[in-house]
Amino acid sequence: MMEIMVCLKQVPDAAEVRVDPATRTLMRQGVAAMVNPFDLHALEEGVRCRERLGGGRVTAVSMGPPQAAEALREALARGADAAVLLGSRVFAGADTLATSRVLALAAGKLAPGLILAGKQAIDADTGQVGPELAAWLDWPLVCYVAKIREISPARAVVERRLDSGREVLEVDLPAVFTVIREINEPRLPSFKGRLRAKKAAIPVWDERELGADPAETGLAGSPTAVAEIFPPPRRERGEMPTAGTPAEAARLLAGKIRECRPA
Amino acid sequence: MLDYFLSEEQSLMVATARELAERKILPVRARYDEEERFPHEIFRAIAEADLAGVYIPEEYGGSAGGSPIMNMCLVTEELSKICGGIALSFASSALGALPILIAGDEEQKRRWLPRMAAGALGAFAITEADAGSDPVAMRTLAVRDGDGYVLNGTKMFITNGGEAEIYSVLAMTDREKGARGASCFVVEKGAPGFGFGRKESKMGIRASATRELIFQDCRLPAANRLGREGSGFMTAMKTFDSSRPGVGSQALGIAAGALALAIGYARERKQFGRPIISNQGLQWMLADMATQVEAARALIYATARWIDAGAKRPTMASAMSKCFASDVAMRVTIDAIQVFGGVGYSKEYPIEKYARDAKITQIYEGTNQIQRDEIALALIREAARK
Amino acid sequence: MREAPAAGPGGVWVFGEQEEGRLHPVVPELIGKGRELADRLGLPLAVPVFGRGAEAAAREALAHPVDLAIPAEDPELWIYSPEPYAARLAGLAGERRPEIILAGATAIGREFLPRAAVLLKTGLTADCVGLEISPDRLLRQTCLSFGGNVMAAIVCPGRRPQMATVRPRVFRPAEKGGRGGRLETAPPAAGPPAVRKRRLEWLPETAGGADLAGADLVVAGGRGMGGPKGFALLERLARRLGGALAASRAAVDAGWAPPDRQVGQTGITVRPKLYLAFGISGAAHHLAGMADSDRILAVNRDPGAPIFSVAAWGLAADALEVVPALLRELGE
Repeated sequence: MMEIMVCLKQVPDAAEVRVDPATRTLMRQGVAAMVNPFDLHALEEGVRCRERLGGGRVTAVSMGPPQAAEALREALARGADAAVLLGSRVFAGADTLATSRVLALAAGKLAPGLILAGKQAIDADTGQVGPELAAWLDWPLVCYVAKIREISPARAVVERRLDSGREVLEVDLPAVFTVIREINEPRLPSFKGRLRAKKAAIPVWDERELGADPAETGLAGSPTAVAEIFPPPRRERGEMPTAGTPAEAARLLAGKIRECRPA
Repeated sequence: MLDYFLSEEQSLMVATARELAERKILPVRARYDEEERFPHEIFRAIAEADLAGVYIPEEYGGSAGGSPIMNMCLVTEELSKICGGIALSFASSALGALPILIAGDEEQKRRWLPRMAAGALGAFAITEADAGSDPVAMRTLAVRDGDGYVLNGTKMFITNGGEAEIYSVLAMTDREKGARGASCFVVEKGAPGFGFGRKESKMGIRASATRELIFQDCRLPAANRLGREGSGFMTAMKTFDSSRPGVGSQALGIAAGALALAIGYARERKQFGRPIISNQGLQWMLADMATQVEAARALIYATARWIDAGAKRPTMASAMSKCFASDVAMRVTIDAIQVFGGVGYSKEYPIEKYARDAKITQIYEGTNQIQRDEIALALIREAARK
Repeated sequence: MREAPAAGPGGVWVFGEQEEGRLHPVVPELIGKGRELADRLGLPLAVPVFGRGAEAAAREALAHPVDLAIPAEDPELWIYSPEPYAARLAGLAGERRPEIILAGATAIGREFLPRAAVLLKTGLTADCVGLEISPDRLLRQTCLSFGGNVMAAIVCPGRRPQMATVRPRVFRPAEKGGRGGRLETAPPAAGPPAVRKRRLEWLPETAGGADLAGADLVVAGGRGMGGPKGFALLERLARRLGGALAASRAAVDAGWAPPDRQVGQTGITVRPKLYLAFGISGAAHHLAGMADSDRILAVNRDPGAPIFSVAAWGLAADALEVVPALLRELGE
């Protein structure tokens, strides 16, 4: 029975977050929290792997504040068998290195045959946690997985996209895969899944449970620090000439295209 | 909307159906309508979301939880808010399952219901070319032949026809006996002698398939007959008693969806420098639309709950639910077009489709004239009993 | 606060991503920036290059103002894989102790740099769009987050090297002109790592949006294109102009364009020189994937549509009417 660990992150709807230009702090009040969309594809693939293997267990894991349990409940509603919240005040303020360290300790406890994660999270957009998790574990890593062709408890054959082509790899398990959107179409939370998720108890693992060295987690374990945040430079609203007929509009536009067209 | 004190399960069912409708149906409804494309992948998603069996008891793989008809209505309404045509794949499948639930024996229920709960599509067939409002005039015959029957005849306007896997079909087993001479059978797609004819091109509910069923020496074992021989019309009447609130819910969902769009548009659209919703004339229109929608909902929910509680003769309430809600849907959707003005008449906006989809709900599963006959008949009977 | 470590004697490194002996276009960009940072710190600039053809690519690097190129052509580096690449980079960095390591934020860079950062137990900043040396001699790394709505300056005060992946096409490529830099082939790694991964196939292709991500000209359509017919027109326009076709999420969800054409937060991020938006209202999710384009021209019926707040030039008109007229105007 293979254990499949899926890493999830709860993120704000990133497109709605702004920087307060005066205080230079994030304005995220009223911005809805959601499961990072790429991670939903990882979860779906985990559930499909379990179905293909004819058994096993999919455990959704998230490091975050108590509210992140909501993201884990959604994972349960979408087909995960179990969920664990990695939560402690000493985990707060973690950069990717410290986050991946805690996830690696969770992997040590769960002993999965496969770890799946989204290609990146839409808030910080780093795409580093998955690769760093593989590094802490010293497991093989495959990013940008577009298809899992074959899977058995010992091995997987996957297709992944690089900038200039598609690579087909045979990988010994355990391994870490990060997935891209084309890998699948995530199923929606089912009625029975929602019912189960609502009633499920979600265990919280803290630094004692994980045997984590506090110096390696949270702010203390993070080599990088945010020196400053600020809004991106404002753009001037562009010129908007009026055009009477479509033909006139097309003429203006064609002129503009000729002017701007790259050589 | 009023608080109807839905159970926790029902609230989750509604939330599931709503998300499914918004995520899977909304993006494709216009295309499916234009292309008259049957929504197989959406019905699969409905099944994957555990909604295909909300009216089927747990022992047969469903999740009726003692309130099958209310559940069916809630899901139908929610899907219909986004697309009454695509929602019909679900509602009509339920209609096909009801005769099995009502008249099937234990073995028959075990044979077909778990498949339907898992996503096998159903359909129900009575109507024929010369037997619409007058089903007793039907010509499809089921003739005893050894330990089975041989079916011959053609059904018409069958929703989910050609697409469904499991069909509940009414046929005459003894024409002499008239209303007591019909029996109900389950016929599976692929049965020898069972084929499909012309598919209708329709004004509305275009994502739904409406097609002829053709039986040519189609042999069926007796084990496919639901209930005893001659009980077919009784089964059909009981089926309609339970299914008409479902048609009402489809109409209700269409009306509620159109109302929501009209309110949204009226707040956005500006004329004379202010949103058109600030006109009292338009406000009163919206108020009337909302009142009718809520009244339809209250009637349907009360009827559905009464049926689930074991009502013996819910015929009048069922007919009222269907008749009232479908008339409401027609008025509300036409008024919604009026709120949109010129663009409401354009196919570029979704609102005209709501009106096209609404019209059928006044016609099928008994025209609203037939519903009024039923209601009047029940009134007369009740008065005579006093 | 931890004391900043002494500047790494190895200087500033730019990872020389290469294929078949040719440097990736991002490398000269990083060399230009890296030179500036190195000069500011008074340190040398070095370019490690891995894989088959590394020596040729290293020579190409030396045609730019680089002090040292370090090719490594061991067999385990012939086919790119993050494990041997990370091990090799971390191994070299452990010996030579660079102050800064930069790599392109390419598929490869973003995959193996994190692994190297863990091996070196140091910080890494992703997809930087700005790099400078702060008054306290730290590398100040600017990156975008929250779909481009927020910029953040990141520093790595206490550990070395300071590492960053850098977005391609942000910095100007270094001028040609070597400065007589040395070429120093790296000795083979001690024990090749265990092989836990085998490449079965390599399918070179540009489909699936790869052409889109790197396109100089993008022709994009949204809900305002009305349907598949509208998209067929855009496809002709894209072909006429030699650009790549893109779509908003609404258009992809409606089935008018395939998913690999989707530009936006959960789709592809593009930065073409010219982005033509037709019938796209400009939801925040879409803007997140294209607002950094050099020049945006937009046509949309609604003059208040958010797309016009990022467009350099716009027309409030029905895109469905303008596109056919435009095709005629362009002499198709």
